[in-house]
Amino acid sequence: MHIPDGFLSLPVSLGMIGVTSIVGVISHRRLKIFIEKDQSNIVPLMGCSAGFIFAAQMLNFPILAGTSGHFLGAAFATSLFGPFAAFFILSCVLVIQALFFADGGLVALGANIFCMGFVAPWSFQIIRQCIEKVTKNSKIALFLGAWASVFFASLACSFLLALSGTAPLHPTLFMMGSVHALIGIGEGLITASALLFLQKANVVQVLETKL
Amino acid sequence: MKFYKNKYAAFFLLSIFLIICLSPFASEKPDGLEWVAGIKGFLHRGEENPSFWKFSPMPDYAISFISSKALTTILSGLFGLLLTTAMTLLICKCSKGKKN
Repeated sequence: MHIPDGFLSLPVSLGMIGVTSIVGVISHRRLKIFIEKDQSNIVPLMGCSAGFIFAAQMLNFPILAGTSGHFLGAAFATSLFGPFAAFFILSCVLVIQALFFADGGLVALGANIFCMGFVAPWSFQIIRQCIEKVTKNSKIALFLGAWASVFFASLACSFLLALSGTAPLHPTLFMMGSVHALIGIGEGLITASALLFLQKANVVQVLETKL
Repeated sequence: MKFYKNKYAAFFLLSIFLIICLSPFASEKPDGLEWVAGIKGFLHRGEENPSFWKFSPMPDYAISFISSKALTTILSGLFGLLLTTAMTLLICKCSKGKKN
């Protein structure tokens, strides 16, 4: 759901750049603490994860009605490194995509990072923890959290489109939500299988690194 | 299970594998947002409005002077993979601060 330039009005785009910068400054403080606290040399793993997310985002899978979706990776990054570090991993992916591949606009970058680097990781984190408390099943919580990350990011995107006057909220919110509810299933499956693969291959020992 | 000598290399190889083996087969259909934009009739706004950034070397994951669709996707993907990894490492390394 990379928003190209032109979908959002200039005030909304600039406003989102401002909001995202503030989120970035706060996240950066936490990222510093996270990296300095870490004993197991997590930085190379973060680099590899960013590369993996970039690679997996290229792989669009078809869903219903002539539409496709792709992996977002927010849930993946958050479950490995927490939401603050996920913000930076997703930001790197989105900046490279916007600058080098014209995937997502440059002025819309603030909005894109907000939706996919802030809304998605945090909705994953919150939904996952709530479901884990209720069901006591970490795998179901992981899947539903990953689903929620795509779903809520798409809702945030619809709100921004409505705020810009591009598309009215009423049908857009519903349409974006329903398409991304389907894409979210793919996200959940890919996130779960990627994490299981990494654990089986002994790349990560623990699925959850608490921040 | 100590199958891989270097776990980071294994992870990186997985990404390279994804790009080389799967990216040529990725769906060309519009993604969720483009689909909604097409139906609601604001897709043209993304194309008509002057883009603020016209210097993308590989728009839509294609290198202009390579005609093979699969090859151009794979090469641009590998390039992006390296760039993304390098940029993340750089940010994290800089965030580490100076150690005593």
